[in-house]
Amino acid sequence: MPTLFRKLLRTGMVTEALPLEDAATVEVVQAINARVQQLLGRALAIRQVDAGSCNGCELEIAALTSPIYDLERYGMHVVASPRHADLLLVTGPVTHNMRVPLRKTYEATPDPKLVVAVGECARTCGVFAGSYAIAGSVDQIIPVDVFVAGCPPEPIDILRGLLAAVDRLPASR
Amino acid sequence: MELTPFLLGLMFSGYGLGALGALLGGERAVGRWAAALGVMSGAGIGTMLGLVALTSRQHWSVGLPALLPPIGLFLRLDGLSGFFLLVVGLVGVAAALYSIGYTAHYAGRYALRRLGALLNLLLFALGLQLLADNALTFLLSWEIMSLSAYLLVLTEHDQPETVRAAVWYIVMTHAGFAALVAMFLLLAGGDLGASFSMMRVGAASASPELRTAVFLLALVGFGSKAGIVPLHVWLPLAHPVAPSHVSALMSGVVIKMGIYGLVRVLLDLLGGGPAWWGGVVLALGAVSALLGVLYALMEHDLKRLLAYHSVENIGIILIGIGAGLLFHSYGRMDLAALGMIAGLYHTINHAAFKGLLFLGAGSVLQATHTRNMEELGGLIKPMPWTAAWFLVGSAAISALPPLNGFASEWLVFQTLLGGFSVPALGVTLGMPVAVAMLALTSGLAAACFVKAFGITFLALPRSPEAAHAREAPRTMLLGMGLLALACVALGLAPFMVVPLLGDALAGMGGLPTTLPALTSGVTIQTPGLAGHMAAPLVALALALTLGFTLLGMRVAGVNRALRRSDAWGCGRIGQTARMEYTATSFAEPLRRIFAELYRPREDVTVDTHPDSRYFIQAMAYESAVSQLIERRLYEPLLRLVKFGSRQIRRLQSGSLHAYLLYMTVALAVLVLVAQWSW
Amino acid sequence: MLILQPALALALAPGLVGLIRWLKARLQSRRGPPPWQPYAELRKLFGKEVVVAHSASWLFRAAPYLVFASAVVVTAILPLVLAPGALDGIGDLLVVVYLLLLGTFVLALAGLDPGTAFGGMGASREMTVAALAEPTVALAIFGLAIGAGSTNLGQIVLQTLRTPILAASPSHLLAFAALFIVMLAEAGRLPVDNPGTHLELTMIHEAMILEYSGRYLALIEWAAWLKLLIFFTLLANLFLPWGIATTFAPGALALACLALVAKLAVLGVILAILETRIAKLRLFRVPELLAVSFVLGLLAVTASFARV
Repeated sequence: MPTLFRKLLRTGMVTEALPLEDAATVEVVQAINARVQQLLGRALAIRQVDAGSCNGCELEIAALTSPIYDLERYGMHVVASPRHADLLLVTGPVTHNMRVPLRKTYEATPDPKLVVAVGECARTCGVFAGSYAIAGSVDQIIPVDVFVAGCPPEPIDILRGLLAAVDRLPASR
Repeated sequence: MELTPFLLGLMFSGYGLGALGALLGGERAVGRWAAALGVMSGAGIGTMLGLVALTSRQHWSVGLPALLPPIGLFLRLDGLSGFFLLVVGLVGVAAALYSIGYTAHYAGRYALRRLGALLNLLLFALGLQLLADNALTFLLSWEIMSLSAYLLVLTEHDQPETVRAAVWYIVMTHAGFAALVAMFLLLAGGDLGASFSMMRVGAASASPELRTAVFLLALVGFGSKAGIVPLHVWLPLAHPVAPSHVSALMSGVVIKMGIYGLVRVLLDLLGGGPAWWGGVVLALGAVSALLGVLYALMEHDLKRLLAYHSVENIGIILIGIGAGLLFHSYGRMDLAALGMIAGLYHTINHAAFKGLLFLGAGSVLQATHTRNMEELGGLIKPMPWTAAWFLVGSAAISALPPLNGFASEWLVFQTLLGGFSVPALGVTLGMPVAVAMLALTSGLAAACFVKAFGITFLALPRSPEAAHAREAPRTMLLGMGLLALACVALGLAPFMVVPLLGDALAGMGGLPTTLPALTSGVTIQTPGLAGHMAAPLVALALALTLGFTLLGMRVAGVNRALRRSDAWGCGRIGQTARMEYTATSFAEPLRRIFAELYRPREDVTVDTHPDSRYFIQAMAYESAVSQLIERRLYEPLLRLVKFGSRQIRRLQSGSLHAYLLYMTVALAVLVLVAQWSW
Repeated sequence: MLILQPALALALAPGLVGLIRWLKARLQSRRGPPPWQPYAELRKLFGKEVVVAHSASWLFRAAPYLVFASAVVVTAILPLVLAPGALDGIGDLLVVVYLLLLGTFVLALAGLDPGTAFGGMGASREMTVAALAEPTVALAIFGLAIGAGSTNLGQIVLQTLRTPILAASPSHLLAFAALFIVMLAEAGRLPVDNPGTHLELTMIHEAMILEYSGRYLALIEWAAWLKLLIFFTLLANLFLPWGIATTFAPGALALACLALVAKLAVLGVILAILETRIAKLRLFRVPELLAVSFVLGLLAVTASFARV
């Protein structure tokens, strides 16, 4: 036990202050309603849905919950059940097998809700476009509020996307 | 009290007319109604009598030597009898009302005349027994009660399970009866006509060995009727196979006659005894409670689960009574009275909620034709009232405030904790263990009833029968509703019940004639450890909080939108009953934890395709829990009996010469014995 | 006066949980959410709609209110800032334990109601843990009650105030140990249950509430936080009651509030450090832990029976 706490004290705070203002990779399709922004702005529950991705985006999203990027300091946290969620974080081109589950996840989430689609695959099906296994991009299955470009996008871009969804992105300098 | 003979006559004629009506009415609705009305009127009048006896604090007795010469029938009504008449009446009226609708589905398959007549006979015998004032009346009514219960258990006689259960029942009840006959002979000094008052006097001057023998025989005799471990084995066999209103009566009332007998003999006639008596009763009660609930947890037959819970609750009643006897022997009359009151309060509470639960199980059985919880589910939608009443029963038996189970368990806890002021080593070491066992029992009971109610009524139906279930007819719902109302009333009014019970016990067996007031306003306060509890106020607090929460949410402008959708299943398509938890899976963690007791046996059979063992065609999983007492105690006993009978059978050689020899030898022996005894 | 304790408890509970989360984040070398984050979460949840499964019945919709009400009534009976509390006479420690069991019972049924596999799993595990933990709560406090000559919590507090040396007696120390372990089980904290997990197979309490949303979820979460506050209060005020008010004087009450906040903060720090150090136990190792606390509770009662 002393070893653990000695190490903790030595490590100290590793969370970095992030330069969030430069938001070229984020495309806001549907601007948030002011009332919903007031509701979800300070406490956002995120449910991640993998709609057939290669897991590259998942690795970047996982980095978001690490101490360096620390998603939680913005009042956002990841939840297991879409019933608890306010925002769906969707990755991957939507495969045929994931079309209905994605739709069901969307329907299981209570209103008001937001959708952030992460990665090129989610926006344009990326390298898988035209494949026999793909049903379409995410916005063809569920309504999307924010697209985050990149393959995969860096964690800071995903974070920009999340903040943009709740209109908390600092204005560009 | 002047009305008593008149009311008694009315009560017995009610039962008589009911039996007559059942026999004459036969299979038609008239017969069913007549039987039910007979029971209801008899039981209702019995309730009135009981209340009168409890509140008036007077005794009434009559001797009828003309009936049953040369000894005669002696009857006496006092507070204790009155209280038990109340118990009989409560469950009797509800079960009778319920039976009007329930027995309709027996018409044409089983003899309804017999069912109705026997029901009235059973209640007649119960009433007679509670009024019995001499050994002969008591034993006679006990035997009529046992036989009519046996015949009622045998109603569905074409099922082999029923026949087996009935055999176990009749053998064990008669073994207990033999013990009772021996006990009464000892108490009455060989004269079965001796009244209880004579026995009381005799017992006071009897030798300690005689008193101990009486105690042990009473424990065996009344214990086998009540279902104390290890004499409980007939209970989980007989109660499930009987018609449900009979199960309710048996679990709610008939086994309480064992408790009545114990209180009557140990407290009233013997006037208490040495400390080890109370200790033995307390220990047996604690073991029964714990074993009962542990075996109930593993059951997926709804009625067998309820039967095991009866064993558990009898254990709790005995914990109260045992503690009361224990404190009585140390001269702590305030705690002794508290223990007795707690035990008796739990008696009527158990009658109310167990009766309710069995009636509910019968309702489910009638709608789905199965008692197996693994085939039920989702019944709350087609059977909302049955579900609601069963929920009340489940909450009551789990001792959740503000219902009646909590009120009596609270009193039992207070009794046990009061023992801290008794300076005896056995008490100091034993009471904490008893408290721990009681606390563990009530926690496990709650878990068991989440399973029982949840698997049976909630989620999706697990079989087509459950999917097509329909609500029970109104008479059945009314019967259940009556008992549910009793559960709520008994839970909210301990401040009224406790003084009544105190009055019933006053003056009995050395207890003071006026017991200290245990209530102030709506609060109960206990001697020993000064605990306070006001059940109605707790209920009020809950209700007010609910109200304020709803109001507060309305005022604060909380989002009131509600949308129906599919259940969240991780995006899978469709939801079937195969995806739900089953009763066995619900209890599986507890089965693992208590594996040393259960010794579970699991068999998995896999059928593979004949051409390749990688293609599985069918898999069967079977799991069973071994019954400790049956395996360790009864199987060896039965093997011994069978061995003995096989040896004796050698005598039946079939040879006439051998038989002639036997007769000659026996005659010679008798002549010699007769010569010597001159 | 009647609403002071419940109102205070409702106000403090989210803050307590927020403090623990913030501390755990700091111990994980990250910034973490601010300590008032749970208040924001509650506010958000009350503004969301509720989605109910087709397979759920009226029980599912009634359960959150019952769970919440039972927890709130317990806070009114507890000696939170006042001993004896305004409602102390209506219920003693048995009423408290069984009211908490009422909440667990109803929530377990609500977990089974929609017919989902995880709901059933949560209900089964929760009732297993509750069946083994509730007796220990009762036992631990019985040990104190016998020393105080009453099972009413207010009287227990007053007795310890009157004879401070009792706080160091063997029965009290054993009872504290037992109650601390069982607090971890009942409030759903590590090593019994991880409140922050997203892996359904590791969940106990969260698995039962996977179907809940909106205001229902808000009430259930608030009730769960209240439960943690209740257990912390039991640990703080039954064993170390100094600072609690024994009269209605505003000065005494204000001091009692401060004392309560301080004690809760200390216990919160201890819990945060413990949760950082310790890993979650396998489900079938939890009964061993609960058995330890059960035996400690039994020893506490025996010690107090023997006037030790």
